[in-house]
Amino acid sequence: MTEAILKVDNLVKSFGGLVATDHFNLEVEQGEIHAIIGPNGAGKTTLINQISGMMKSDGGSITFDGRDITHMSAPSRCHTGLVRSFQITSILKNFRVIDNVALAIQARQGHSFRFWKAAQKDQELQGAAQAVLEEIGLGERGNVLAGNLAHGEQRRLEIAMALATSPKFLLLDEPMAGMDSQASEDMTTYLRTLKGKYTMLLIEHDMDAVFALADRITVLVYGRAIASGSPDEIRNNAEVRSAYLGDD
Amino acid sequence: MGKILSLMKTPRGIYNTILVLLCLSMPFLAPAIEQDFYRDVMLRAMIFAIATISLNLIMGYGGMISFGHAVYLGVGGYAVGILSYHGIESGWIQWSVGIIGSGLLALLFGAICLRTKGVYFIMITLAFAQMIYFLSVSIEKYGSDDGLNIDTRSNFGIEAFDLNDPMTMYYTAFVLLMACLYFSHRIVNSRFGMVIRGSMSNDDRMGSIGYPTYPYKLAAFVIAGMMAGLSGILSANFESFVSPDMMFWTTSGEMIFMAVLGGLGTIFGPLGGTMIFLILSEMLSNITEAWHLIFGPFLIVVVLFARGGVEGIIGKFEKRND
Repeated sequence: MTEAILKVDNLVKSFGGLVATDHFNLEVEQGEIHAIIGPNGAGKTTLINQISGMMKSDGGSITFDGRDITHMSAPSRCHTGLVRSFQITSILKNFRVIDNVALAIQARQGHSFRFWKAAQKDQELQGAAQAVLEEIGLGERGNVLAGNLAHGEQRRLEIAMALATSPKFLLLDEPMAGMDSQASEDMTTYLRTLKGKYTMLLIEHDMDAVFALADRITVLVYGRAIASGSPDEIRNNAEVRSAYLGDD
Repeated sequence: MGKILSLMKTPRGIYNTILVLLCLSMPFLAPAIEQDFYRDVMLRAMIFAIATISLNLIMGYGGMISFGHAVYLGVGGYAVGILSYHGIESGWIQWSVGIIGSGLLALLFGAICLRTKGVYFIMITLAFAQMIYFLSVSIEKYGSDDGLNIDTRSNFGIEAFDLNDPMTMYYTAFVLLMACLYFSHRIVNSRFGMVIRGSMSNDDRMGSIGYPTYPYKLAAFVIAGMMAGLSGILSANFESFVSPDMMFWTTSGEMIFMAVLGGLGTIFGPLGGTMIFLILSEMLSNITEAWHLIFGPFLIVVVLFARGGVEGIIGKFEKRND
């Protein structure tokens, strides 16, 4: 068995009386796509907020790439290679598309206390950003304001920004959110091309996408993992069927 | 040169050029129309514009709405006033103390204020500034609320550069204003500037792509504080007087208003806003005693209907021309 790149141990988060993450355990192996599914309110977004460092945990630990990152800030986690995308598109809407990506690239090139040279005229930065845009199919859209992109394009930019940070591990929070079935299929195809290059933890409602992409699936209900296994095991798990998938 | 000429083809470029030419030519223009005092009005506007430009750096590009920015005017001004009171008239010392002092105070206030966001940030910057205001009121040695007269302007020990000469004073302010405009242009387009603007646009996302934005915002806050300090230094020199009023909260409020009026997040916006604000209030106050009755509604109309300020209005013509 390969070493787990991400290890979540007994993670807890509660909001007042509501336990959103209830002693949750997870191991994601290098190179796999691990999906987390669960009904609305199961605590999926809370979980991704905790793993990405945007939310402090009340208990438990998170180990990434051999380091304890439980108390690390979100920017620092990003620098270790653990990068998230957002369910609600979180791009810089009043920036050009290419500048969104260029900023993400700039972040990995050391500090940004550089006050004089124009960033938008930095050929190296712009070139690298353009390459990322080409890869995700937004090559022609670099000069458009990000807020003026169509929804599907914004979703792709959302992923592009995460990729531009040169991650090892992608935390994808519902990448297909709000997409029609065609766009969703395109995204699935695209994510498949990334398989092997990055380890991914995928949170998604679109079951077609999940079963098409995931190597392993963990089912989250009320902050607890009720089952974990291969897509087939999950599909045939009686508990999961009753809790979530429905018996049809 | 070709680049500058091509800039002038757009309405905003023409407007910005007019602003600069007005500043440049007012010492000759004002006597020509027999309104000599407009030179002083313009000088005052140029000096205050430096402070407005600095506020725009953090507010227009970084989303940090400081309601206490006038405090750095006070620090710069009082550095000149207090040192001069104790017989230290060297411009090198006065100006260094003023600028470094403003920077240090901005570092202290910024370090605390930037832990908060939104309306809390506004309130806490206001509170800190008022604290210093009341400090200056309470010190009788330096004139408390009557202010402090300054006997002579900063002396740099260079014969050809004497701030007591009105033209030297005027063009010193002009050159420094141009330098601040150029500096802010460079800074907002640099890598540093992109991070600041990014944090205004979406701070959470900046964190998740690897930026701890706090140190960048703090650095911007300190730079803006120092620039406002410079404005205070110039103001103390020109007026030969400093008083707590220059850091009262209404001064901070006017500064915000000028930046909004001119156009937040544009390089020349604060300059235009400051000039329009000060010249218009000057003209109106010459017409009628109750000029606030006209000025107040004007400000409200601008805020309600001209989003993006004057730069925004002129920018609209630009798009139509395309």
